[in-house]
Amino acid sequence: MNTTAAIAGVGYTEFSRDSGRSVLSLATEACRNALDDAGLTAAEVDGVASFMVMHDSVHCQAVATSLAVPELRYVLDADLGGQAPCYLTGMAAMAVATGHARNVLVFRALNGRSGPRVGGMEFHGPGGQYRYPIGFDHYLMYVGMWAQRFLHETGQGELDLAAVAIAQREYAVRNERAYRRRPLDLETYLASPYIVEPYRSDDCTVEVDGACAILVTSLDQARDLRHPPAVIASSAYRAGPRSGLDIGDHLLWDDYSRNYTSLLRDELFGRAGVGPSDVQLAEIYDCFTSTTLVGLEGLGLCERGTSGAFVREGHTRLDGALPTNTHGGLLSEGYIHGMNTVAEAVLQVQGRGGANQAPRHEVCAVTSGAMMDGSALILTADR
Amino acid sequence: MRTPNIDRDSAPWWDALRAHHVVVQECRVCTRRWLPRTPACPYCGAGSPNDQPISGLGVVYSFVRAHRAMSEAMADEVPYTIATIDLDGGGRVFARVEGDCVIGQRVAPEFVDHDTWTELRYSETR
Repeated sequence: MNTTAAIAGVGYTEFSRDSGRSVLSLATEACRNALDDAGLTAAEVDGVASFMVMHDSVHCQAVATSLAVPELRYVLDADLGGQAPCYLTGMAAMAVATGHARNVLVFRALNGRSGPRVGGMEFHGPGGQYRYPIGFDHYLMYVGMWAQRFLHETGQGELDLAAVAIAQREYAVRNERAYRRRPLDLETYLASPYIVEPYRSDDCTVEVDGACAILVTSLDQARDLRHPPAVIASSAYRAGPRSGLDIGDHLLWDDYSRNYTSLLRDELFGRAGVGPSDVQLAEIYDCFTSTTLVGLEGLGLCERGTSGAFVREGHTRLDGALPTNTHGGLLSEGYIHGMNTVAEAVLQVQGRGGANQAPRHEVCAVTSGAMMDGSALILTADR
Repeated sequence: MRTPNIDRDSAPWWDALRAHHVVVQECRVCTRRWLPRTPACPYCGAGSPNDQPISGLGVVYSFVRAHRAMSEAMADEVPYTIATIDLDGGGRVFARVEGDCVIGQRVAPEFVDHDTWTELRYSETR
């Protein structure tokens, strides 16, 4: 029996400033679109997985009900943030591989612009008391704190952050799903004021309303469906030592210049049977520009301290050695919390990237998360 | 300004600040020091950590400077700087730093009394 799992379809809603709809409605549409894309019906779904932060979304049970799924054999509602998409995809693959489910929808849905906005949420629990009263109260401050140390230690700077924003915007200009599509140049970037130093507006993901879903199934079944399978060659999750009291607490983390990507790299590649030099494109979680750089270095796709130059020299462009964040990233396509990062990887591996299709797309690295913990996938073509 | 949600683990930290002292937790077994306050040592797992009085002096490990308030509570405070400070003897703290701030700079603590709690702030050592 072949226990390999694959992704057979992706689904999106429109990404907007104000959806005017319930999160359940968004989730239902994205999941239905993923099923249509794969060529399956809700009657064939027996697993649903999702994540939410501070109850900003709906439970899988509700979505299964709304989709008229006959019965669930597998469910996973994770209280996680951006670390989750690759992780949940890996969990769904395991459920499929072990026979616990046949077809699993993985989604993220949120009115992330018009409703509760993840970036400024005050998490419950003991970690917040050391941050919120002193005004250390937003994700762009937390990740910015890491960025400053990363840039300091690696000898990189604002031109390296700018390069990420500009390179990814080039993709977004060609991506009809993207929320930010106005071309960006260095002059415009530098003329924009700091929000929280080192970040300007274009360094930050754009929060949107919307949803995104993928359909995980067995490779055997995926081969019979509408599109070529995106094979889940490996998945990995890692929380390093002393990962803190909550997803904004990093007082006990030793090294802000390195995140989970450097910790899970060997396991991720080892399980897939490939190495960093085999990766043909990358979809790196990018709530902020610096996270793309840290991820490229952490996965070993660039030497430490060279990621900024790598981007500035054009290697992450479509005609470069490693097309990266080919949808424009969360920076420009919109903040569906990294679920859309996984979906873009699927489209690329399937050869359905449209105007942004990478020429070589047999091995793709995907990440989810920015700081202490996170997850990653290697997706491959059916080889 | 918001107030801290003080819990049973964290009360000694806030009580000490109210009295204008700084205490960190220190492991009875491995002797490491740390914040935030936890019921056991996050390095070796040993229970019942000691409360160790310290000077609060330290070095800026990293910082961000907020030019725009991210919350209503901070609207009148911008621009301001928040740093991660490596405390002398071990442990880290998040705190506001007044004046110039660069990585590697030595900073000294001061105590800012609010209505119901006391904030640990820093400025460059003179």
